Amino acid sequence: MNLWGNAREGSEVPSDLQSRPQPTTRRRIAAEEIVLEDVSFAFPGRGRSVQALDGLSLRAAHGELLAVVGPSGCGKSTLLELLCGLRTPDRGSIACPPAVLMPQRDLLLPWLSALDNAGLALRIAGFSRAQARARAGELFAELGLEGFERARPHELSGGMRQRVAFLRTLLSGKQVLCLDEPFGALDAITRGEMQEWLAGTLVREPRTVVLVTHDVEEAILLADRVVVLSPRPGLAVAQLEVELERPRGRTDTDVTALRELALDALAGGGRG
Amino acid sequence: MRRRVVRVLPAFVLASVLIGAWELYVELSGVEADVLPAPHAIAVELWNSAHVLWRNFSVTAEEVVLGLGLALVSGFALAVAIHLSPLLRRAVYPLAVGSQALPIPLIGVLLVFWWGFGIFPKLVVVALICFFPVLVTTVDGLAAVDPDQPKLLRTLDASRWQAFRLAELPAALPAALSGARIALAVGVIGAFIAETTTPTTGAYPGLGRQIIAEINAFNTTRAYAATVVLFAFAIACFYALSVAERRLAPWSVQTRGETP
Repeated sequence: MNLWGNAREGSEVPSDLQSRPQPTTRRRIAAEEIVLEDVSFAFPGRGRSVQALDGLSLRAAHGELLAVVGPSGCGKSTLLELLCGLRTPDRGSIACPPAVLMPQRDLLLPWLSALDNAGLALRIAGFSRAQARARAGELFAELGLEGFERARPHELSGGMRQRVAFLRTLLSGKQVLCLDEPFGALDAITRGEMQEWLAGTLVREPRTVVLVTHDVEEAILLADRVVVLSPRPGLAVAQLEVELERPRGRTDTDVTALRELALDALAGGGRG
Repeated sequence: MRRRVVRVLPAFVLASVLIGAWELYVELSGVEADVLPAPHAIAVELWNSAHVLWRNFSVTAEEVVLGLGLALVSGFALAVAIHLSPLLRRAVYPLAVGSQALPIPLIGVLLVFWWGFGIFPKLVVVALICFFPVLVTTVDGLAAVDPDQPKLLRTLDASRWQAFRLAELPAALPAALSGARIALAVGVIGAFIAETTTPTTGAYPGLGRQIIAEINAFNTTRAYAATVVLFAFAIACFYALSVAERRLAPWSVQTRGETP
């Protein structure tokens, strides 16, 4: 069966998906933006607090893939935790539809099968094991996981584990996906495959995505817009619109040109 | 079947060598049977006293199994309570450590005063000796969950109870089972202590009490025969627990490799 048929033909919501029980809220059709205005956050420390973000403002439109790149420790992960409501800002305002976090490490539960890990959000929402399995099972084939339903996480490759973790994120039913360096721990070849996979999956299942990465190339290959953050405290030093046709190749001249721009911005932020 | 033979072979060979050396030592040194009986004499005694040993063994086995059960339940429950409440951790942990310094004969009298000559005071002694390793390993296991795991579960809208049940509880299970193995290792000697510190009215007082009686009657060979039974029982319990672990926490066994 093809769950994504309607989406490919351009209708807003795949009817197949809509007719199924959704775990939390129904898929939001209304355009809801992410808006951060002048957001600051500091980690309380011994004697001196550490300023992670200082006056950061940014926006992401409904259905947009916003990539956030920046050096280590510039507050990227903190930004995602703020969006997910895990932390409250010291200053500034955040408007964000319900968001779900996909941490850098997959955090699959080793005692659950791949299928049960993927359906975790459904179990939490009160669906029976059978219902959760049925719903997650439908997406397994679509996301290239067929045949691994019963595998335990330690039996899966790194790329497979990230796919299962992504499916778990997707099945939360939330509009905004916060991906924290989802492919950072993978080898170069697998990372390339996973980037293509993610791009393809998001075409079938459109969501608003905030992708945090230190890989500028990854950001430009996947994103509609790239925000470059300065070192701590994080400030947006550049915003690049990536209005390129998909699929994008990493050697396309437009991609490499944008990459140079972003790297320049990163280097400039490093000096300042 | 063949793999199983290969797996028990090293223990079998080592035990044979040790028993051979023991036999040889008794033979050559001329040590008296009252001090150290020869293995073959112990084997003969095991056969001859099989009935009384068996009856006493069933008493002791019941104490060990039920006492360990009590220790597992109380240790695990206390660990969960300590994990969920920092206040309880500060209040209970020092006392739990202190409880391990209690001389059992001192409280044995009190336990008998409370609960009489039946099995229950003995279970309490076994549990008191065994709960501590379960408590410590379970507390550590519960705390060892990846700090990002609760964040993830919160964004999936899990309640505190769901996060506990889905992530922390299963994560702590292998640690609790490790604690159970340590508890088991001291559980058999715990039953020995329990029997020798709390009097009993049963016809068969258990192997611990029997061993003391045999030593006092200079029946050293029979005391050794009873000890052999305890020895074998401890090993059997250990392997029973490994089997239980394979069923309860298969992911832990798979990722860690084979249990001894």
